[in-house]
Order: sequence, then structure tokens, then C-alpha cells
Amino acid sequence: MTNRSLMLKLLSAFLVFGAWEIAGRIPISYAFPTFVESMAALARMTFDGSIFHAYGETLKPLIVGVAISTVLGIGLGLWIGLSERFEWLFSPIFIVMQAAPLAALIPLLVMAYGIGLTSKVFVVCIMAMPVIVLSTSSAVRNTPASLKEMATSFLARDHHVLLKIVIPAASPVIFSGLRLGVSAGFIGAILAELKITPTGVGDIITYSRSIADYPSMYAAIFSIIVLAVLFLNLLEKIENLLFKGNDRGYVTD
Amino acid sequence: MSQTNKAFSDARPLDQEIAVSVRGVSKNYGSVVALKDMTLEFPRGQLTSLLGPSGCGKTTLLKIIAGLLKPDSGEIIVNGKPVVGPGPNRSFVFQDFALLPWANVMRNVAFGLELRGVAKSEREAKAAKYIKDVGLGGFEKAYPHELSGGMRQRVGLARALAVDSRVLLLDEPFSAVDEQTRRKFQEDLLALVANENKTFIFVTHSIEEAVYVSDQIAILLPRPSRVSEIIRPTSFRSKGVENIRRDPEYLDIVDEIWASLRSYVE
Repeated sequence: MTNRSLMLKLLSAFLVFGAWEIAGRIPISYAFPTFVESMAALARMTFDGSIFHAYGETLKPLIVGVAISTVLGIGLGLWIGLSERFEWLFSPIFIVMQAAPLAALIPLLVMAYGIGLTSKVFVVCIMAMPVIVLSTSSAVRNTPASLKEMATSFLARDHHVLLKIVIPAASPVIFSGLRLGVSAGFIGAILAELKITPTGVGDIITYSRSIADYPSMYAAIFSIIVLAVLFLNLLEKIENLLFKGNDRGYVTD
Repeated sequence: MSQTNKAFSDARPLDQEIAVSVRGVSKNYGSVVALKDMTLEFPRGQLTSLLGPSGCGKTTLLKIIAGLLKPDSGEIIVNGKPVVGPGPNRSFVFQDFALLPWANVMRNVAFGLELRGVAKSEREAKAAKYIKDVGLGGFEKAYPHELSGGMRQRVGLARALAVDSRVLLLDEPFSAVDEQTRRKFQEDLLALVANENKTFIFVTHSIEEAVYVSDQIAILLPRPSRVSEIIRPTSFRSKGVENIRRDPEYLDIVDEIWASLRSYVE
């Protein structure tokens, strides 16, 4: 079974990269390099170390922003889900944050916080936090009432209900929110580097486009996508490790 | 009220020790009267069924006894103490099982003990005993979704037994399991009542089931909710589980209950 799914993954990668190679060879656009050229550029950047240097810059706002969004987002989400009053207070902020066109807000952030790390962390948070908060709070609110009642009848205190019922029951949805939030965070980090100051991977993209070195530009984009996918897989592994029975289906469904 | 009193004066002569008593309990949901001035007593060590058409407030009464719902007026006395909330002297078996889907059978059964802060080795030893008692030996590591409906309810029953409370509250525990499993359950329940010195309060909508398993049947009628009758089967309990269903008294009681309920079933 795992073999089969691995085969399918490889096949799908082969098809996508093959299509990319063909599209690059036609070429559909002068600005669209082939897969092989892009990989060669990626290898070159890997060997001269420039890509690692770039990620050193890009990962700073990304990691700080995602960490803040995760901790604060899940915390606020739990709070909003548990208390109606805080839902009224906070929920609209995150709905607006989610709906707001971020690129248009970046000049405001730059005016307020300058062009440094702070603004970039803000961009990552604005992208990542709303979906984490909103999915956590809705997961908490949808905790099966019968499980809470069961725990209460077996003398659970409030913190027991939260730790042993609400959080495990909500964890699949919290984690799916986290996955969406983290991928939005990746978008935010690159957006910040393109819109605020070109550093890190955003710098490679901007610079190689300006000198028409398209293979390098696509190599940088490709590498960030790979990194995001790897990170999401890691998140899934963590989820399965923390909440083992959760991938086993719900009894009362 | 006079009806209730009359029912009690009929039932009283047995003069048993009372484990749970419900005194003048009322409960409204908005403008809907779920229970009105309900008074009822449950003798120790016996199984009492609450039987009635839907909407008669039997589950509400059970949840009030459990401390999960607060009555608007009146009080519940369990072993001499008034009920203010859930307590260690009562445990509950749920209609929909209410098992933790992310926990295996062992953890589910030990969950009540876990909440009481019992050490892991101790609670697992205790849970293992009750898992075996309900006939689930070998399934300790299974997850609820891997079990059949009947087995899930056995887990729910083992969880309620594991906390070793004096009063067991069962809310239509067999309504979600199939007919054959239900019959086996009913026989096992009779053995449980005979062997464990516990008071059972059993909510059901099945007349046959109530008559089969009960020492005492309280017939509840809706609108307004009240106890209309208390029936105590006398002769067939000692004749063995396989003879109950063809005993004349069993058949008479089933017919009699249906006669008094039929006008309330729409």
C-alpha cells in the first residue's frame, strides 16, 4: 500500500516536471526556463552556498511569525471557542484580517514599523494567524456535547474537560488550520521580501528577474515550495505522534 | 399528586432501604414542563426502570439524579445526602456510549479513575478486571471505532463499573444495539444486579425490556409529567433467565403496561 502511494507520488511528480520541461522547451515564453535549467541553477546556488545564505534571511521572519501565530493563534482560538464574550470581542478582528487585501496594507505597516524584521513578522502573522484562530475556535465550539457531559458525570474539573476532551477532540481541525496557516505564512514571508525590502529568497527572485536570469528565479520559487511541502509533512507527522487515535475515525459520527 | 401518592402506598409495604429518593422535583425547559413535582424512591440493591412514552421526562429525571442537570425545585437524596452536582456515588452509562475516539478501550474504561487522579498502574489493573468482567478481554488495545455497537456499550458499562459507585444510572443503554446483543445484555444485566450490590436506575422505552430486567418499574406519563404507577413483579425473578419471557405474570404485566400507555403514544 505504501509502495503504491509512493509510486503514485513519483508518477505525479514526473508528470508535472515533464510538462514543465516540455513547456520550457517550446518555449511558451522567453521568461519560462526548462525544468533542467532551473534545477541546474538550483544546484549552482546550493553549491556556492548563496541559497543557504538567502534562507538564513527568509526563515527569520517566517519562523518568528509562524511561532507567534501558532502559540497566540491557538491560545486565542481556544479562548474564543470557550467564551462567547471573547468571540464577540476578537472574532471580527480575525475575520477582517482574513478578508483584508494584505498587499495594500503593507505600506501602512512599513510606515508604522519601518522596513526591518518587525514589519515582515507582522506580514507573516497577518497571513497565518486568522485561519489558525478561526479554525481553532470553531473546532472548540463543536466539541461533541456528549463527551463533555460524560467527563462532567465522571467528576472532571474544568481543566480536565479542556485538556482531556476539548483539545484532543479539536486537534484534527486545529492541525488542519495550522497547515493552512503555515502555508499562508510562507506566502506572507515571500510577499514581505518582495514588497518591503528584498532580502533572502525574495532578493534572489527580484534580482534574477531584473537581470533576466530566469532559471535562478524559478529555482528560488521551486525551493520555497519544496520547503513548504516538507514543513507541512513534518506537521502531519507531529500531529500523528501527539494524537494517535485521531486518524482512526470518530465513533459517534 | 394523589395518583402518585396512591402508587406509593401500594409500593411501600415492601419496606426496603431507600438508596435514592426524588422529592418534589420540577424542571422546565422554557415554557415546556419536563418534570412537575416528581416524587419517587429507588430501593437499594435493586433495579428500577423508568418507563414511559417519549417526552415523559425520564432522561431528564435521570440526568437530574446524575447531577448533570439542575432541577428548578425539589431535591434528590442519594444515600442520605442531597445531590448538588455529579458525585462519586453515581456513575452514568450513556445512550450514545460517549467513548473517547482517540483513546483505546483500556484508557476509556480507566477514564473515570484517571479523572479522579488514580495512579496509572492502579487504574489500569482495575480497568483490566472490569474489561474482562464485561467480556472484552483481549480488546484492551482496540480503539472504539474498531468495535461493534454492543462492544462499545460494554466499554461504557465497564467504565461506569470501574469507578465503583453505589448507584448506576443507565440511559437507554441498549437502544443503539441490535436485538440479539440486547437480549444478551439484558441477561448480563440481571447477573450484574444479582452479584454487585449496587442500585440500578434504568431508563428505557421498551416495555418488554423493563419488565424483563426490573425489580420495580415506574411508569411515567407525560403532559404533565408524573409517576402514574409503580409495578413490582413478584414471582418470575427467581425462575431463571430463560423462563421469564413465558411466565404468565411477565406477560400480564407487559399487557397491562401497554394498556395504560397506549393512549399516550401518538
